[in-house]
Amino acid sequence: MPGSAVSGLCFSSPLIFELGAKERSGASLPAPEVPDVDPAALFGEMARVEPAPLPEVSEPEAVRHYVRLSQQNFAIDTGMYPLGSCTMKYNPKVNEWAARLPGFAALHPLAPDDAIQGALELMWRLERGLAEVCGMDRVSLHPAAGAQGELTGLMMIRAYHAAQGRHPNKVLIPDTAHGTNPASCALNGFKAVPFPVGEKGVVVPEQLAPFVDDDVAAIMITNPNTVGLFETHIADLAAMVHDKGGLVYGDGANLNALMGYARPGDLGIDVMQFNLHKTFTTPHGGGGPGCGPVGYKAMLHPFAPVPVVEREDDGTLRLETDRPQTVGKLRSFVGNFGMMVRAYTYLREMGADGLKRATELAVLNANYLRVCLGERWHVAYDRTCMHEVVISDRHLKDAHVTTMDVAKRMMDYGFHPPTVYFPLVVKGAMLIEPTETETKETLDELVRTLETISEEARTDPELVKSAPHLTSLRRLDETLAARKPVLRWTPDGAAPRQG
Amino acid sequence: MAQYPGDLLYTKDHEWARVDGDRARIGVTAYAVEQLGDITLVELPPVGEDVQAQERCGDIESVKTVSELFAPVSGEVLEVNQDLEDSPELINEAPYQTGWLMVVRVSDPDELSSLMDAAAYEEYLGTLE
Repeated sequence: MPGSAVSGLCFSSPLIFELGAKERSGASLPAPEVPDVDPAALFGEMARVEPAPLPEVSEPEAVRHYVRLSQQNFAIDTGMYPLGSCTMKYNPKVNEWAARLPGFAALHPLAPDDAIQGALELMWRLERGLAEVCGMDRVSLHPAAGAQGELTGLMMIRAYHAAQGRHPNKVLIPDTAHGTNPASCALNGFKAVPFPVGEKGVVVPEQLAPFVDDDVAAIMITNPNTVGLFETHIADLAAMVHDKGGLVYGDGANLNALMGYARPGDLGIDVMQFNLHKTFTTPHGGGGPGCGPVGYKAMLHPFAPVPVVEREDDGTLRLETDRPQTVGKLRSFVGNFGMMVRAYTYLREMGADGLKRATELAVLNANYLRVCLGERWHVAYDRTCMHEVVISDRHLKDAHVTTMDVAKRMMDYGFHPPTVYFPLVVKGAMLIEPTETETKETLDELVRTLETISEEARTDPELVKSAPHLTSLRRLDETLAARKPVLRWTPDGAAPRQG
Repeated sequence: MAQYPGDLLYTKDHEWARVDGDRARIGVTAYAVEQLGDITLVELPPVGEDVQAQERCGDIESVKTVSELFAPVSGEVLEVNQDLEDSPELINEAPYQTGWLMVVRVSDPDELSSLMDAAAYEEYLGTLE
């Protein structure tokens, strides 16, 4: 059986609210040294009458509960995570070492500039490094994640037009652009105008032309796009929009395919966001902070969010906040500084040649999968791809096995499923992004797994349709979860409240 | 029930219209339902709003994806199917009956001529692989 997933002891754990016993406590606090106060006397009606129903557990119960939950996680540290458009590359542990250095980790966010010159130097150098990689003049490290970076970029575009007395309303978005783009437009009061791409999966000037007029604030392009193809006409498309006074927003979601080889700034893009958790190896989600820097051309500098790191003539660095045309502050303090340390560590660890090598391997790995998978699977655009490849469930149609079934079955073989039913332009799409950090052996294992599933779909479709079989929970009812979500736990078996 | 009833008109966006005088009842086709999978949420325009033919008039969300709804004909929205709010599965169960979306007062009867009959729609589906 392909894949290295075997059996193991898998613990289930009740909710922490259902563990423990009345008045059990994991903390042993000393007797209070201050007199009791009567909350009702201080807060009147606002004082709590009944104690909060908090978990009452011992320390070992709490520890075991959370360790067991953590053992149910699937992570890049446990297996391949080929989630397309997400760049689930390995996060080097040296990043964690750097971010935990006390001189960084213990900084107070309100420390004066002269006490944090080292941290400002790191921010300054990270900005220079990112600007060099993307061919932009400046980079704001302020936004808290890629989506906020998009929002920031569009805010800067709006401010740029307004400063010239213009108020264009439309943002053009091809249907292969990154999925978050329309939301960023709507939040900025722009009208998102989708337009179709050409037959070869990329935007062609003839398709764009009817949509370009004086009311276009910007076009948002993801390059390479979400079907993993390089937008070959990008320079012409940018010129068409620029001619009408619009700007070009580049979604940096797929920068991992370009890094060191092509610079968005050189392709005509005016502003873009970076997703440090994708291309620059900071951790993905899990409730932790993100960082979505925005790179931009010089004419947008007046509108950058504050604070901006600027260097004085004597070499000292300072955080500049007094900037009359700024779009303002989008989050507290300088942004998520710990992520900046990790990304800078990665940049220095790799060096210029290392970044190029990463790009080469990311693209090579995707193309290796494209060719190997193409023997059994339908490849949506069967030509050289960038860092990700789209296959579909087309050849499984007669077996009535769908992309969703295949995704679930992949879990049984120890792989996280790829991105499914996206991009929307490919029916039954599976978007696979291997990244540069997977070995050839792992890629071969993925290919063997998908070949096996394809064979299973032919010989024993029920096996695939009822997958997963080896996970701690079997197939979940996603429809019921979407239609009638139960979002709150209630005590004592009381009827769970819906919505 | 035929998969594509003969008394309906169809669009390339996989919506149907059942025309009765100046009123058109509108829904999505069995093909759309098959592509979308289990539908979880429908957002429709409020009664009284004017919708434009071939322009977005709402959204339909399934476990797979969110898609836009396009009005087959222009006109004022007279009724929307309130049952869908609590039971979007009606669209999966009976897209041409209890799973209807809304009723529109047809403002331009000429638009009807650009819609397809069942045979033409099935032929069109054949071109979509």
